[in-house]
Amino acid sequence: MEYLIRFIQMHETFRQPEIDALADLAGIQMDWVFYSEDSPFAIIRFHDSAADEATARALIARSVLSDEIYELWGSGTDYNRLHADIRRRTQTLWPQHSTRSFRFKVDSYHGSRSLAEQRQLIETFDYMSFTGPIRMSKPDNHFTIFEHYDLDTPAPRALHFGRLIAQSGRKAINKYNLKKRTYIATTSMDAELSLVTANLAHAAPGTLTYDPFMGTGSFPLACAHFGSTVFGSDLDGRSIRGTAHRNVSKNFTQYATTPLYLGALIADLTHTPLRPSRLLNAIICDPPYGVREGLKVLGSTRPALQQIVHLADGTPAHLQPGYIPPKKAYSFTRMLDDILAFSADRLVDGGRLCMWMPVAGSGVPVGCEAAAAAAPPPPPSDAPETPDTHIDKVEAEAEAEVEAEAETEAEYPIPRHPALALISICQQDFNKWSRRLLTYRRLPDNQVDETAISAYTAQRLLAEETSQLSGSDGTGKFKADDLNDFRKRYFQGFRGEPGAGT
Amino acid sequence: MKLLTLNFLTCARKTCKSTAAAFPLHPKEAELEQVEMELNPLFVKNMLPRLDWEAMKTLATELGLPNLPAETPVAEELANESGEPTQTLRDLHTLLMETAIASGKLVCGNCGHEYAVKEGIANFLLPSHMV
Ligand SMILES: [Zn+2]
Repeated sequence: MEYLIRFIQMHETFRQPEIDALADLAGIQMDWVFYSEDSPFAIIRFHDSAADEATARALIARSVLSDEIYELWGSGTDYNRLHADIRRRTQTLWPQHSTRSFRFKVDSYHGSRSLAEQRQLIETFDYMSFTGPIRMSKPDNHFTIFEHYDLDTPAPRALHFGRLIAQSGRKAINKYNLKKRTYIATTSMDAELSLVTANLAHAAPGTLTYDPFMGTGSFPLACAHFGSTVFGSDLDGRSIRGTAHRNVSKNFTQYATTPLYLGALIADLTHTPLRPSRLLNAIICDPPYGVREGLKVLGSTRPALQQIVHLADGTPAHLQPGYIPPKKAYSFTRMLDDILAFSADRLVDGGRLCMWMPVAGSGVPVGCEAAAAAAPPPPPSDAPETPDTHIDKVEAEAEAEVEAEAETEAEYPIPRHPALALISICQQDFNKWSRRLLTYRRLPDNQVDETAISAYTAQRLLAEETSQLSGSDGTGKFKADDLNDFRKRYFQGFRGEPGAGT
Repeated sequence: MKLLTLNFLTCARKTCKSTAAAFPLHPKEAELEQVEMELNPLFVKNMLPRLDWEAMKTLATELGLPNLPAETPVAEELANESGEPTQTLRDLHTLLMETAIASGKLVCGNCGHEYAVKEGIANFLLPSHMV
């Protein structure tokens, strides 16, 4: 038996990776018999000949980018061929369905049928001689006639007919709608793509998922929806703490997933407190970029701040209550490498990293180029920073940095790590920019190329030294171009990894 | 911060990372809280091999909690023959998931730096001279 997946016609490049991830998670092996980005109808076949409705249900239950899965009864390019195919495939099944209650529906993609036309169409299926009662609500069998039209053409170009097996998990989108959520920010990932990301990350009961840039917690919330235990961190403690009634913790209360929330840390990924041990099943993140958020890490490029700063009364500034450590701008491409290295050290075998990134350096949200151009140069003062003044300076540095990366206008290379196999690349296009969701799987150590790992580690150390040298003369800027060269050099030696593809 | 999380954390300073003394962090002036949580047997079972049990024992002693078994409990000890949760599982659950540090400090045994915990959230940010 083949099955038809009724996809939504959106986020097309995410649809197959989501189903593949869910099949993998459920231990289901399957083939794509038909898939096209132009069509909401896809056809699959399970490897296991004993696979049945339950298999189809297990596959689709969590899917966000599909609506339903159907047992496929037939396909054709016109109605004569469709009916012939239905007879060929399902004639032996008709008796077992004959007395069940049923209903028919017509699903015309890029086309429409009047009610009268639909009724006429449905009557052409009467050769199956179902005698059970017709029920519009909760019938035993729900049959759908699928029509796929080319735009502005009178006749459909492809037809399918199927029996509904199960609904997807798409209704969770409504539950997690940002508009109904207690605590959000302007940068919170929407419910739909958060849930898709959680699917690609294999969030599931008994697993532990970590988000190092958690913000208001969209990803951890989505992972907890699928039963994963979660925790996260953020450089900005204010985003975690929120207010008394609106904070990350309250979001978990809202969705009744508090038992799955371990909590949050205020931390910087480049100075992480997570011990380098294989602790995590999944890492899921959308690292900040662009002027609006500005990528920052701990540290300062100013020599005066490389020593302990003392206040007028002689006490060290960093021991004061409410002390805010200085932060400096950081290269986005370098952060991506840091995330991969962090993940390779902490994911269990088969564990997954799901990471969002913009496609190009110039791909910053609308208005940011103008903002960067108008940014004032960093203040020249050498006076020690105080908690009150450092924020403006950080903003200025971040903007200057982003401007440097934006100038390159170049597509960011897909970051690679010898211990991480790239599983899928999904792309979301906006009006003026695009972003990607990359998914990697941690390879077991015995599948990792040792030469590649040594070369990678050596290059990482070299990059670290280079950056410290440039930091000591006060510039501390790592240009995207430097890193692109660096990446080209060290990946030339790498073997092609298995499983990579779009 | 739950005691499970604390078992995952070491000093954030690069110079401390590779030293044995930086892990586990030592609680100081810690105020504990106990929050009842739904039992998650599968999760506890999966975490067992990832725990550093020596660090868990040190922590229990430092917090004045009852002594832990000498060795990490094994998965078989978590459920009885009929699949019911054992006392071992309940004890682990209480320790790892229900006991948390509400406020206090976490001290690195190598460099002595103190990380503050407020309202259950630990702050691992470092001043520039420690970065
Ligand atoms: Zn330390």
